[in-house]
Amino acid sequence: MSRPLTSLPNPIRPAFDKGTSEGSVIVNIGPSHPATHGTIQIVAELSGERVVRTDVHCGYLHRGFEKECESHTWHNLIPYVDRLNYCSALINDFAYCEAVEKLMGIEITPRCRYLRTLLSEYSRIADHLTCIAAALMELGAMTAFLYLVTIRDYIYEHIADLTGARVTYSFGRIGGLARDLPEGWLKRLEEILDQMDTFTGRVHGLVDRNRIFIDRMRDVGVIGTAEAVNWGFTGPILRSTGAPRDLRKDTPYLAYAELDFEVPVGIKGDNYDRYYVRMREIDESTHMIRQVIDKLQPGPISVDDRRCTLPEKHLVYTEIESLINHFKLIMEGPQVPPGEVYSAHEGANGELGFYLVSVGGGVPWKVHCRSPSFVHVGGVHKMLDGYQLADIVPTFGSINMIGGECDR
Amino acid sequence: MGAEVFEQVRTALATQAREAVVAHGILALTIEPASLGEVARQLKGTFGFDMFLDVTAVDWPERDPRFDVVHHFYSTQHRVRVRVKTRVPESDPTVETLVPLYGSARYMERECHEMYGIVFRGNGDLRPILLYEGFVGHPLRKDYPKQHEQPLVPYRESK
Amino acid sequence: MTTPPAPRQPSAAFEYLTTKKDEFVGWARKFSLFPYPFVTACCAMEFMSVSSTLYDTDRFGAALPRFTPRQSDLLMVVGTVTHKQAPILLKVYEQMCEPKWVIAFGVCASSGGFYQNYAALPGIDKIIPVDLYIPGCPPRPEMVIDGIMKLQDRIARDRHPIITKDF
Repeated sequence: MSRPLTSLPNPIRPAFDKGTSEGSVIVNIGPSHPATHGTIQIVAELSGERVVRTDVHCGYLHRGFEKECESHTWHNLIPYVDRLNYCSALINDFAYCEAVEKLMGIEITPRCRYLRTLLSEYSRIADHLTCIAAALMELGAMTAFLYLVTIRDYIYEHIADLTGARVTYSFGRIGGLARDLPEGWLKRLEEILDQMDTFTGRVHGLVDRNRIFIDRMRDVGVIGTAEAVNWGFTGPILRSTGAPRDLRKDTPYLAYAELDFEVPVGIKGDNYDRYYVRMREIDESTHMIRQVIDKLQPGPISVDDRRCTLPEKHLVYTEIESLINHFKLIMEGPQVPPGEVYSAHEGANGELGFYLVSVGGGVPWKVHCRSPSFVHVGGVHKMLDGYQLADIVPTFGSINMIGGECDR
Repeated sequence: MGAEVFEQVRTALATQAREAVVAHGILALTIEPASLGEVARQLKGTFGFDMFLDVTAVDWPERDPRFDVVHHFYSTQHRVRVRVKTRVPESDPTVETLVPLYGSARYMERECHEMYGIVFRGNGDLRPILLYEGFVGHPLRKDYPKQHEQPLVPYRESK
Repeated sequence: MTTPPAPRQPSAAFEYLTTKKDEFVGWARKFSLFPYPFVTACCAMEFMSVSSTLYDTDRFGAALPRFTPRQSDLLMVVGTVTHKQAPILLKVYEQMCEPKWVIAFGVCASSGGFYQNYAALPGIDKIIPVDLYIPGCPPRPEMVIDGIMKLQDRIARDRHPIITKDF
């Protein structure tokens, strides 16, 4: 190839291309970079090793989620919703399904409510494991990465026993779930939860009081509560500043009002607090899952409403009404009455909201996802400016920017 | 507690709000575009809606004014949400920016601008954020065909 | 005007030596792959799993990722590539030295997946040549290992000329 590399088009226009002072250098980090997890481009102005200002560019994974959703039925777009926050895909499924159920006026069955709570917490554990593993790997703690990814792999195989897929499941359905738990699933769940303490205990032992870790993470990427709220931070980042804001406690949904759990908060709002808040949230989620297992009762998992629930197969093959119902639900989609709704769940990163607009019919008019990662990327420069170049990597890892959710 | 806050907001903004409805736990106000800045300042200052959640738009091509610009606010104190809708025509899709009040509005207004073409008066930085330089058009409008691609790199002939 | 000389027919001994050389170089190259993980989306989760303890790519010699294209020979494009990302992918590909191989990991990199709209590139083979396609959304780690083994077979069977027309 004899084409000069500079002849390729530049997809972005940075906010600044001249330094503010003599001797400052403008450096481009990303978008194909090993240590930024996901495709993000940070144009940083450096004065020596100190970061003067940054301009963060996202959008390299914009896959047209909203436009795709406008041409699929309410059920068919569940795989697209899955791939928003692909680390904790079940939370996205259930947040979307609940928004549609609010529009349709459907109330889910108790067993479905408990199972959705259990699986949301299970997904949240997987997401926190991924975030911490990647953040620690960037600092050089490869062993901690391997420990956490091993236990995460056990979780993936276990969820694959239930849903059929390891990473993106498409398991939620409007009005319920795709299928019920198989034999022995809960027993394996208890085994994995027992091992969880061992694995996280090992990581705590390796890292918590490690001098290098503390030097790199304490007092780095600090943000205060008022500033965090102004810049729209929610989830573990807001909690690390000391504010106990959690949608599971503030505006309870699913079965969270019945569960007994704490909301871990940090002290200073730095990287170390964000790491520790996530580790404590894994413990709290394990505790919540054990409570839900005790409360689980046998029963139907999908509401018996022919507007959204597919009829049983043996009825479809024998009765004409079920056949027509099945056909219309698949071909035209569930008919959702006109209206609009905004419904938010506590995702692993913060407030994950869905704003749906329906004009009646089986195809949505608009499906908008309020993604926490996008808002966090808009405010991350507050945590990067003024620190060292080498601090960009752990700070960016600690906000858990998931590309699919940020760019949608 | 949420209902009281909604009543207070509804009475205070009775002159500016053309419509105020509580649906699915959210108070939805419909206002004129010119009063958006004033309403946002009151919501933040007087009623404690300190977190700005989202701004997006909805395209109704058959209707004039064509776009609904929708803002969502959340109060960490009262734990309730408010939706503010304004209608802007296609000929002048301009609303006031909320960047001086909320930092998180920066990126979200950029996204709304590139997807629908809504202009935020006062926001000097409306560069594309999810799309790239050189992209022509506003893809989330209903008249933009979904599969109309604008590749940056020309395709090679594959064998 | 003299006629050009007739091309020299290589002797049998020469061909035996070059075959053995190709086998040796192929064996060395297939067990020392240096991947450049061009990671974008959900397939990254499976890439992390396949490089870790339970499904190990270190067994194949393909463990150490070289995060600079200059030092790597296997470009693994993991996840969806959008039109905004396409110039970056092409830049990375062109910076790699020969011999280089490209794996399209996941169905989004192979053909665009189920994103058929204005934003996603319908397959990376529209801009760079691809040697191996691993479909799946995302593919199971066993599929990835199967794919790497197929690529290794291909590298082993390939001809590895020491002097090419560019050098």
